[in-house]
Amino acid sequence: MSSTVQELYQALIVERSKAPRFSGRPEVFDAQGRGENAMCGDRVQVFWQRGGVVRHEAHGCAILTASADLMAQAVAGKSPAQVAAMRGAFEEVVTSGRENPALGDLNALAGVAQYRARIRCATLPWAALAEALKEGQVHG
Amino acid sequence: MSTRAFNVSEIRKDFPILTQQVHGRKLVFLDSAASAQKPRVVIDAMVRVMEMQYANVHRGLHWMSERTSDAYEAARDKVAAFLNARAREEIVFTRNATESINLVAYSYGRTALRPGDAVVVSEMEHHANLVPWQILRDAHGVELRIAKITDSGEIDWESLEAQFADGKVKLLAITHMSNVLGSYTPAERLVAFAHARGAKVLLDGCQAIVHRAVDVQALDVDFYVFSGHKLYGPTGIGVLYAKREILEAMPPFLAGGEMIDSVSYERATWAPPPYRFEAGTPAIIETIGLGAAIDYVQAIGLDAIAAHERELTVHGLKMLAGIEGLRVLGSAQDRGGVLTFTMEDAHAHDIATLLDRQGIAVRAGRHCAEPLMGRMGVSAAARASFALYTTVEEIDALGEGLARIKQIFK
Ligand SMILES: Cc1ncc(COP(=O)(O)O)c(C=O)c1O
Repeated sequence: MSSTVQELYQALIVERSKAPRFSGRPEVFDAQGRGENAMCGDRVQVFWQRGGVVRHEAHGCAILTASADLMAQAVAGKSPAQVAAMRGAFEEVVTSGRENPALGDLNALAGVAQYRARIRCATLPWAALAEALKEGQVHG
Repeated sequence: MSTRAFNVSEIRKDFPILTQQVHGRKLVFLDSAASAQKPRVVIDAMVRVMEMQYANVHRGLHWMSERTSDAYEAARDKVAAFLNARAREEIVFTRNATESINLVAYSYGRTALRPGDAVVVSEMEHHANLVPWQILRDAHGVELRIAKITDSGEIDWESLEAQFADGKVKLLAITHMSNVLGSYTPAERLVAFAHARGAKVLLDGCQAIVHRAVDVQALDVDFYVFSGHKLYGPTGIGVLYAKREILEAMPPFLAGGEMIDSVSYERATWAPPPYRFEAGTPAIIETIGLGAAIDYVQAIGLDAIAAHERELTVHGLKMLAGIEGLRVLGSAQDRGGVLTFTMEDAHAHDIATLLDRQGIAVRAGRHCAEPLMGRMGVSAAARASFALYTTVEEIDALGEGLARIKQIFK
């Protein structure tokens, strides 16, 4: 198999899609958002707690689940403003394919840039989180 | 029509695209149910029109227009013969099957059907044969009923009986072959069943027409629709067959040039079928391309094509059955070369992406049949579909590809 495909489905992604570390609906949370890909039916729900604790429930492909999980890891302890900035930087990585040293493990998804139809799988959890953090929903 | 001996490696030479490479690998195209590749004869026929005898049809009094009209109308004769229609006037050209169904739902649905009448579709319809009826229901007050299928992907006759029991059903609109489950529906029996209960029948032949000879007179079906692009023809051309007396009673769908007899500033009288339903400049080049595609498949012979594809389907099913954790959707007795499946370890999109990297094209997702996916208990699935140019080796390549995917997600 060509190297690019291994780049996309590298161990970290396969591992997190099969055994996510940040999945499950928490008993209490301060905001939630959801995302759905109408084309394929994939969906993700994201739960946010003040202080920057994020959990997710992802139903879909490996890219979606791994992206949700790596997102939850990356945004731990971050403020909504920091999350928004990180989302922009992440979208840049998955559309350009150029890694960003500041994003750590999130760079594992850089390979998705090669698969136009799959970029949305990677960005959907971030859109769901942005919805949760939308003005009016969250204070502080 | 003379048929040549079926030789898949010879046939492959007719399709220029099959020598292409994808990601540095030989293309293995297993997505023909979405749209089939085009043989050289179709491509050439279309180029020839544009290079040698192109003008608008039915309008010019000049040589070019007359020749183009002849070629365009010759395609109608070819379609009529292909379907064994009683008359060429029973063949209406549309953009695709979707437009054909919308035409029937709008024109026939809002005049021949009355509020309170019911339309029945099955659980295994493509959105194209569901949504137009939902719109008709909301706009015109007909009832829309859904006949169940069995877990194997076949008609549930008990459910169908029940839907028809109150005598309100005036139209059964149903697929002739499922684009997800691969099942053929027993068209002749369905038509007889519906007619005995006073209902007309529309068959969505998008998939079936590619794999089997269809005889609309033998079926006695009232409406039959298909798209040219799945039958090795170009995009932009579709067919609506309907019995002449039904078409004659139907009002136009779109209005404009070509579909009228005479027009004053106050009113217009409509042309007879089929022109009544072909408003505006038609897809001239594509229609001629469809004619060439029909010539092509008839020269090979649909029986030979069906035999080849049966062999591929048996081989494909056996190959998939050998992969642990893989589930094929549907297990109809009478099925064609459309194999939709899920894998325990990998999501349909991951399967499609990973196969693509190996040069193998399959479709993944909901296949424009979202309610059916729910009915089968899955949210998305991958689909490999076969055509007359598909080889056993390509199916084996799919098997190897799937084995590698299992390896990645093990
Ligand atoms: C069974 C069936 N019906 C209808 C359609 C719609 O065809 P088109 O998009 O060419 O109108 C398709 C094609 O995907 C199909 O497979």
